[in-house]
Amino acid sequence: MIELTRNVIDSNELVVRAQSPQAGAVLLFLGTTRQHTAGRETVELHYDAYEAMATSELHSLEEEARRRWELVDCHIVHRLGRVPLGGASVAIVTSSAHRKEAFEAGQWLIDTLKERVPIWKQEHWADGTTEWVHPVQQ
Amino acid sequence: MKVIVQLFAGARELVGVEEVDVELASHSTVADLRRALLANYPTLEIIVPHALFAINATYATDESEIPDNAEVALIPPVSGG
Repeated sequence: MIELTRNVIDSNELVVRAQSPQAGAVLLFLGTTRQHTAGRETVELHYDAYEAMATSELHSLEEEARRRWELVDCHIVHRLGRVPLGGASVAIVTSSAHRKEAFEAGQWLIDTLKERVPIWKQEHWADGTTEWVHPVQQ
Repeated sequence: MKVIVQLFAGARELVGVEEVDVELASHSTVADLRRALLANYPTLEIIVPHALFAINATYATDESEIPDNAEVALIPPVSGG
């Protein structure tokens, strides 16, 4: 299941949904708002997306993960708009018969999401300034 | 042909609008669009060289030809997650 939402992510609901008699392992990854980055203090993050493309890229990530690993279930939810400190901006849940597939797929999904999906983070720093984050690949 | 380019995040902030029009010759490629955007909006210089472009919500390469009436977007380096 793929979703972009402006609400709080209900990760428990995603985990429960991924539990099934076929699965011996359910993995949850949450990306959360960290207060300190390289010595600077964040008060909150804002996320923006090219929503139509982000949704289709997330669907293709799910399809690719299901091709590469034997998954029972796979959910990716990304929050947009304001995310407070400690809040989850992204949740990835994978379930599989045995734990290896759920772990590997979960790691690949978050790594690939961060490289490929058109979503952007804006830092709101404690000094009142803001900054869109555009990591430059060398 | 007129190409409407959607802007996001830092690119939108630099130019101050959500989309810009760029006039290109027919059969122009993404590389042509990249050059035209830089010429028309020099403020994008810090983003465009590192950005990708999407045509109809799919990543394109510099060699991709831009069809008439395509939905085109400038995709600065992403930072979701």
